[in-house]
Amino acid sequence: MTHIKNKLAALIFLFLCPLVSFSGDPKPLKEGEIYNPVPAIMHHIADSHEWHLWGEGKKSVSIPLPLILYCDGKLDVFFSSKFHHGKKNVKIEDREYALDHGHLVEVNNKEFTDLSITKNVASMLLSVLVLLLLFVGAARKSSKDKAPRGLLSFLEPLVLFVRDDIVKPNIGHGYKKYVPYLLTLFFFILVNNLLGLIPAAANLTGNIAVTLVLSFITLIVTNLSGNKSYWGHIFNPPGVPLALMPIMIPIEIVGIFTKPFALMIRLFANISAGHIIIMSLISLIFMAQSGLGNAGAFGVAPVSVLFVLFMYFIEVLVAFLQAYIFTLLTSLFIGLATVEHH
Amino acid sequence: MEITGIAAIGAGLAAIGAGIGIGRIGGSALEAMARQPEHSGMIQTNMIIAAALVEGVALFGVVVALLQG
Repeated sequence: MTHIKNKLAALIFLFLCPLVSFSGDPKPLKEGEIYNPVPAIMHHIADSHEWHLWGEGKKSVSIPLPLILYCDGKLDVFFSSKFHHGKKNVKIEDREYALDHGHLVEVNNKEFTDLSITKNVASMLLSVLVLLLLFVGAARKSSKDKAPRGLLSFLEPLVLFVRDDIVKPNIGHGYKKYVPYLLTLFFFILVNNLLGLIPAAANLTGNIAVTLVLSFITLIVTNLSGNKSYWGHIFNPPGVPLALMPIMIPIEIVGIFTKPFALMIRLFANISAGHIIIMSLISLIFMAQSGLGNAGAFGVAPVSVLFVLFMYFIEVLVAFLQAYIFTLLTSLFIGLATVEHH
Repeated sequence: MEITGIAAIGAGLAAIGAGIGIGRIGGSALEAMARQPEHSGMIQTNMIIAAALVEGVALFGVVVALLQG
């Protein structure tokens, strides 16, 4: 089994190697100018059409990703290496695409639909692969008679923790049908949070579109499982005087949407903020170098690296905590919608 | 003249608010746990929920500051 996995890894590596591309010059700093870290940080936070690994300008190494564009009823598929990091336009028949500061545009302002495998999509597919390898491997070994061994002995306590400490106390009766969804949610967020901490990785759970979809699913699940008393509390709040109804009902209706909205912002802002802080602390070294010279850089570097190490520990904690909170609040909302009043 | 750095002040104020809120929640939870250690599991869960709700509001502020600055 390990042999097959090693060969698979080698194959993927061999497939990616020829695709690695090299690019143009960085802008040199003027005399007395302090390095501005904001563009590099924002570039790291944002999604992009190529997977930048390391280096700047000519020495920069990145994995090109496929662009899939639907324009004028035709499908255009090509690799992002054709753009030469935004320096060249790609022309297919009468359609010409260009990268404008990382944003894809059609030169003649034609409308197109972007279905590309961007950095975030590639990262998500990678995380799906990781999840499948982990859980299909663990599930095969699972049996009722034997004590868990190996990978299973690591995953089983986590699964039981989600089921017994998050889902069961918050949903209560009839919790079983929500367990698969909430387990998927927990491990998807956890794995993507942790993958995002690897250097040169994508910032997937810090992308508001991803967290939007996650919280939208929560919205759907919560409201589809809402029972009579849940809707009764929204459209006919018990014990509220009739005069207050015109105020209470809109508030309750807004309340349906604010709960998943808060989930969306919480995950997005937590993960993005963590990435920004780590990048800012590393940027301090470059700012010191441009302001104080090499001696300054050497002076600041140990302090900066220690702070980054500290932040990394916090971020690992946050990765678990945010997966926990997202799952906990989702099961809480489902529990509130399905609770039986007697 | 354009005034810069206002967004950063806003983010700082959001951090102060969240700090006060989460500090109070954490302090009260610790007191409650010290009085009734047998309920500490339940208190901890509720503490994290309340802290997450406070933090969510603070993060709204941080996101707005991020978009502005």
